[in-house]
Amino acid sequence: MKTKILKLLEGNAKYSIEDLAIILDSTPEIVSSIIAQLEDEQIICGYKTLINWDKITETEIVTALVEVQITPSRGTGFDRIAQRLSLFKEVEALYLMSGGFDLTVIVKSKTLKEVATFVSQKLAVIDEVLTTRTHFVLKRYKDHSTIFEQAKVDQRMVVSP
Amino acid sequence: MSIANKISTKVATMPPSGIRKFFDIVTEMGDAISLGVGEPDFDTPWHVREEAIYSLEQGKTVYSANAGMLPLREEISRYMARRFDLVYNPTNQILVTVGGSEGIDVALRTLLNGGEEVLIPEPSFVAYMPCTIFAGGIPVTIATKSENDFKLTAQELEEAITEKSKILILPYPNNPTGAILEKSELLAISEVIKKHDLIVLSDEIYAELTYGVKHVSIASIEGMYERTVILSGLSKAYAMTGWRIGYALGPAEIIEAMTKMHQYVLMCAPTTSQYGAIAALRDGDDDVKYMCDAYNNRRKLMLDGFRKMGLDCFEPKGAFYVFPCIKKTGMNSLEFCEKLLQEEKVAVVPGDAFGKSGDGYIRCSYAYSIDELKEALLRIERFVQKFL
Repeated sequence: MKTKILKLLEGNAKYSIEDLAIILDSTPEIVSSIIAQLEDEQIICGYKTLINWDKITETEIVTALVEVQITPSRGTGFDRIAQRLSLFKEVEALYLMSGGFDLTVIVKSKTLKEVATFVSQKLAVIDEVLTTRTHFVLKRYKDHSTIFEQAKVDQRMVVSP
Repeated sequence: MSIANKISTKVATMPPSGIRKFFDIVTEMGDAISLGVGEPDFDTPWHVREEAIYSLEQGKTVYSANAGMLPLREEISRYMARRFDLVYNPTNQILVTVGGSEGIDVALRTLLNGGEEVLIPEPSFVAYMPCTIFAGGIPVTIATKSENDFKLTAQELEEAITEKSKILILPYPNNPTGAILEKSELLAISEVIKKHDLIVLSDEIYAELTYGVKHVSIASIEGMYERTVILSGLSKAYAMTGWRIGYALGPAEIIEAMTKMHQYVLMCAPTTSQYGAIAALRDGDDDVKYMCDAYNNRRKLMLDGFRKMGLDCFEPKGAFYVFPCIKKTGMNSLEFCEKLLQEEKVAVVPGDAFGKSGDGYIRCSYAYSIDELKEALLRIERFVQKFL
């Protein structure tokens, strides 16, 4: 039941408790108590809306992907520095990577200059950080399994056998 | 000279499909929410489209073997064994048709001599009766009942059989009712079929879309394999309606005879579509499961919605339709559908478009997004409350 609820909510966070109960052959009381438990356990970490900001001309958002190489600390490895980085509000996402660098930092800010300032003055100056390489996102085509530009037009005939 | 007089009587006297009439009404309305569509709302999975595009890039645009490309027939054979425990020899027991519809037509024309009777449970897909008549047969309809969840019973079948009966069309999972037949029910019907030496055309186009119960083909019942032709295809399960790829599976003698007819009438199914179909059957099990799960969620919401608004609605366990009873409103199906369309701009299909016994019911497809379904349910409820 937990996994089913998670999969449904991951696909559509707008499901009402009542609809989930119908779909899962359960009751609203049981479904809400499971969801509350999942929230308590930080398995459900939040509910957000997927927005294509590119379409909102008055609001500019700049996103960058920063590859970071760091020196891991004795005892805590990469975790201590990663936890510290994740506290910056500019950091939208942070992943430990295998391969040619250690951390992927997704940085989001209002202007290019703000991103540059963050990388040069906050990120690169941390002792353990060896190198950074910053790549700016030019256009987002797909995010969270959702293709942005494609407006779904129902091409089917209105009635068919 | 009147050109109209030159049309064959068989065709001229065939009434247009009830669906067609309703289609015209809905089209005039313009901006209605439609629950009238008998095809998936999903796009064909990209890996299938990509395979077909690649075949075009490679210039693979020639005719295929009449029965369909051998690699496709082999894939169908593997698929049937994997999904339904049925073994069909790709060389002489599988015919790739132009959609499931061609399979119905070719099977009937291959098997029927003039005056032989075809037993057709109703409500059911609109093409069985016309195809029977075009093939020179006599359609004998069997009205299935809501109290039996629209399942054909052995007794109803027995009562409809005459010495002219030759073929039983078995349309389960059913369009428009969503009814399915389970193994125990198939066993009972099979006894009657064997006793009267009938051939079964089992239309299993919705076989992948069952909920909570796995589809059982009548061909897997003892003594039925040798007298069953399965008609199916990729349209519903893989969201490939426009590709027009179906298949017929059965005893070699029948499939070879059907292939003879198919080769003169159609030559072969579209080659590009056949390449897509190979990819779908080979790599598409997860796609089918994903879509089936989504349909099941919507099915439950629809069933709950209709029951909450006070309409009787049996639980459909297959296809992607619910078939609620609207008799309580005091209207017949067509009146209900026309009024609903005019007052609330929601299009559903009158149940009697699928046979007289469908009157008093409406077919609502749930091949739509949950938001669309919920909006439609709200409007239908507002409409129904005026009459209850």
